Amino acid sequence: MGRARFSWIVPTLYIIFLLLPIYWLVNMSFKTNQEILSIFTLWPQNPTLANYRVIFTDPAWYNGYINSIIYVVLNTVISVAVALPAAYAFSRYRFLGDKHLFFWLLTNRMAPPAVFVLPFFQLYSAFGLIDTHIAVAIAHCLFNVPLAVWILEGFMSGVPKEIDETAYIDGYSFPRFFTKIFMPLIASGIGVAAFFCFMFSWVELLIARTLTTTDAKPIAATMTRTVSASGLDWGVLAAAGVLTIIPGALVIYFVRNYIAKGFALGRV
Amino acid sequence: MEKPWNNKAWFLVLPVIVLVAFSAIIPLMTVVNYSVQDTFGNNVFFWAGTEWFEETLQSERFWAALGRNLVFSFIILAIEVPLGIAVALAMPRKGIGVPVCLVLMALPLLIPWNVVGTIWQVFGRIDIGLLGRVLADFGIYYNYTQNPLHAWITVIVMDVWHWTSLVVLLCYAGLVSIPDAYYQAARIDGASRWAVFRYIQLPKLKHVLLIAVLLRFMDSFMIYTEPFVVTGGGPGNTTTFLSIDLVKMAIGQFDLGPAAAMSIIYFLIILALSYVFYTVMTQTGRDRETGR
Repeated sequence: MGRARFSWIVPTLYIIFLLLPIYWLVNMSFKTNQEILSIFTLWPQNPTLANYRVIFTDPAWYNGYINSIIYVVLNTVISVAVALPAAYAFSRYRFLGDKHLFFWLLTNRMAPPAVFVLPFFQLYSAFGLIDTHIAVAIAHCLFNVPLAVWILEGFMSGVPKEIDETAYIDGYSFPRFFTKIFMPLIASGIGVAAFFCFMFSWVELLIARTLTTTDAKPIAATMTRTVSASGLDWGVLAAAGVLTIIPGALVIYFVRNYIAKGFALGRV
Repeated sequence: MEKPWNNKAWFLVLPVIVLVAFSAIIPLMTVVNYSVQDTFGNNVFFWAGTEWFEETLQSERFWAALGRNLVFSFIILAIEVPLGIAVALAMPRKGIGVPVCLVLMALPLLIPWNVVGTIWQVFGRIDIGLLGRVLADFGIYYNYTQNPLHAWITVIVMDVWHWTSLVVLLCYAGLVSIPDAYYQAARIDGASRWAVFRYIQLPKLKHVLLIAVLLRFMDSFMIYTEPFVVTGGGPGNTTTFLSIDLVKMAIGQFDLGPAAAMSIIYFLIILALSYVFYTVMTQTGRDRETGR
C-alpha cells in the first residue's frame, strides 16, 4: 500500500520522547543524593541500591506499596463483580429507564474527582471508614463501575443471543449458565475490564489521599513525604517513583494482546 | 438486534445502582446542601438561597480558572490529536514491533498521576533535571517555577507525554479494523498516500477520533494532580485550573458554600458535555448498524 520506508522513524522518536523522562527517573534512583545534586551524569557513577533499600526496609514506605495494591485489587474485584450482571442486563434486555440509567452511569465516569473530595471525606467519616482500604476501593467504584459496565456490555453484545436461549432450553439456571457458559465466552472482555479498573484505580491519587491518613495510605501519597520531611531525598523519591511504574508495566505486558481490542471497542 | 422488554433486568442492575448511588448521589446531595446554605461555624447552617451561585458566576477567579482550563484543553487537543494520528499511521501492523510499541506507548498511561508530576518536576529542574540542564547548557533560559510561559509549556508537554498514547491506541485500533480490500482498491486506482488517508483512513477513524477528542477534552477539563505537583497552580495563579482552584477552596480555605456552588456549576458543564458525548456515541453506533 505504498507506505513510506522510513515510517518507523515517527513511532521511534515518539517512544524516545516517552522514555526520556522515565530513563532520567531510573537513572536518578541508582544515584546517591550527593551525586544527584553535585554532578551531572547521564549514567550513575557509583550505582547504588541504597535508595531501594530504604524503601524495602522502612515500613512507612513498603506499607504504602502494599496498601495501594490491596485497595486496587479490592476495587477491581468489586467493580467487575457488580458490573457483570448489570452489563448482561444492558446487553440483553430493554427495561424501564435503561437508557437514562446508562447515561447516568456514564456521567459518573466523567465526574471531576475534585467535586467529590470533600463530600467523600464527610460521608466516609460518618461511616467510620476513613483510613481503610475498603473506603478507597468503594470510592474508586464511582468511576470504575461505569467503565466496567461499559466495556463488558460491548463484549457481551458480541456474543450471539442464541447461546443464552439454547442453554436455557437445556435446563441451565441463570446463575449456572452465567458462570459456566457465559463468563468463559467473554473471558477476554473480563480481562480488559479488569485491566482498565486496575489502571484507573492505580493512577488516581486525589481521592485515595483524601480518604487515608496512615493505615491505608497509598504509595503515591507516601511519596509526597520525602518532599516535605527529610529535606528532598531525591534518590529515594526517584526509587519510589520507579517502583510505582513496575506494576503498571507488568499488567500491560500481560494484557498486551488485548489492549488494542479493548480500545477498539471504543469503550474507555 | 431488538432486545426483549424485561423489567426483571432491574434486579441485575441493582448492585451497580446501590454502589454508585452510595458513592455518587449521597456526596452530590451533600454538595447541593452546602451550596444553598451559609454557616458561622459550629455546624449551624442557615438558608442562603442562590447567593453562592451568584457570587461564583460573578467572581473573576472562577472565570479566570475556567478560561485557563479551556485554553489548556484546546491546546492539548490541537497537539495530541494530530500527533496521535501521525504516530498511529506510522506504527507497524504486524511482527514483533507491534507488542513492543503497544507496551512502551501504554506505559505513561499506567503511571500514578502524581508520579507523572514528579517525573516532570525532576526532569525540568535546572539543577538536577535532564531537560533543564540541557536547555541551560544551550543557553536557553528555562524556569518553570518562575516564568508563567515556561510553566504552561511544561504542563502542556507533560500532558502530551502522558495522554497522547491514548489517542494513538484508539486510532491504531481503528486503523487495524480497516479491511485490506480498501487498500487494494486504492492501489488499483493509483491513489496517492494522501488520498488513501483522506478518503479511506480518516472516514474510518471518525468514530474513534470523536471518542478520543471528547475523552481528552473531558479529562483535561478535570486535570488536577499533575499540574498541581509540578507547579502547584503557580507561578501566581497562572496554571490554576478549575479542579485545583476548587480543591484549594474546599480543603484549603474550607469555604464550603462557594466551593459547593462552584462544584455544581462545574459538574453541570461536565454533564452537558457528557450528554453531547453520549448522543454522538449512540448516533454513530446506530449509523454503523444500519450500514450508514
